[in-house]
Amino acid sequence: MTANHVEHVMGTVFSIAVRDPGPETGPAIRRIVERLHRIDAVFSTYRPQSEVSRIDRGELALAEADPEVRQVLARCAELTAETGGYFTARPGGRLDPSGYVKGWAVEEASRTLRGSGSAHHCVSGGGDVQTAGGPWRIGIADPHREGAVARVVTGHDLAVATSGTAERGPHIIDPHTALPADSYASLTLVGPHLTRTDALATAAFAMGAPRGLRWLAAKGVRALAIHPDGRQETTNW
Amino acid sequence: MRRAVITASATAAGVVLLLSLKPHDASPAHAISASNANTGNAAGTGSGTGAGTGSTGGATDTAQGGGAAQTVTGTAVNTRYGPVQVKVTLDGGKISKIDVLQYPTRDRRDQEINSYAIPVLNQEALAAQSADIDVVSGATYTSDGYTRSLQSALDQAKK
Repeated sequence: MTANHVEHVMGTVFSIAVRDPGPETGPAIRRIVERLHRIDAVFSTYRPQSEVSRIDRGELALAEADPEVRQVLARCAELTAETGGYFTARPGGRLDPSGYVKGWAVEEASRTLRGSGSAHHCVSGGGDVQTAGGPWRIGIADPHREGAVARVVTGHDLAVATSGTAERGPHIIDPHTALPADSYASLTLVGPHLTRTDALATAAFAMGAPRGLRWLAAKGVRALAIHPDGRQETTNW
Repeated sequence: MRRAVITASATAAGVVLLLSLKPHDASPAHAISASNANTGNAAGTGSGTGAGTGSTGGATDTAQGGGAAQTVTGTAVNTRYGPVQVKVTLDGGKISKIDVLQYPTRDRRDQEINSYAIPVLNQEALAAQSADIDVVSGATYTSDGYTRSLQSALDQAKK
């Protein structure tokens, strides 16, 4: 018997499935839901009173902010260095760590479930997935056919992150040109931890074709690119 | 917005039904009844329980032996926009076709919506079934877009 929960938060939807629910599962899911809304209240760029919005306007000093804001921005800075500036907490000039926060929030939810005794669960937020245990079968959405699956990844303890233009249009900005990246239809990465996997997906997507996939190939990251003409290209797959 | 709601309700009714019809289930008609009981909102009924507003509730074998084709007609479900009823064709235990027998057609707007929603329902349900997946990774969807997503269909099916 699986325990499931769906939560609309952070402008998207989080889905939780626990295959080994126990007495602590319900309370853990309630804590996760509270925490997701708290993360949204602190980090949202759509809320003028969020800490991130106030920091961006210069109304709140970083030293006065929630310690998690400092931790997140420090981690973003490390990822900016690792990705040659293609991942940044200021993609459009303004402070916007959203590209980090969603994957991190999903991974945090998985960590909370582990803490509650679950070894087999799956959490997804806006199409980015963290699994524990398994095997889990993760469908990769086909960016050219709504509702269809391009490929299926099966495994244990996997994180799967997809960047793409399918629903929201070109919205990932190449920070070096300030232009929207759109040379891949979608780019899916598979790794152990979603926060990093998601950030690398965003960076490689912003690099564009063919550079993004080559960069991932050299890093040994498992990735699937779907090109605008429907062609699929993989590395370390 | 309304389009999304229609699609979601069709998906909920349809996919709950469809995902219950996996080959490893004991018997299709039985599986439908079970899912109907669990969700309280699904369209399907097994033979002999064709109550409600359904017209031809029940399973009909149209062939025998290995790879038998079979059709299962669900009971109509009353959604807030009108009744929805589906018929599923199984081939060797796998869904090969979904027909939507009844859906809201009160006005031109309904028809426009359905010309969009019904193919999506079919596509999503068939994709979910054929892939037999637990979760979907896709480009970030908005809360609104989620209602049309395959992930939404999977979440509905688990309820």
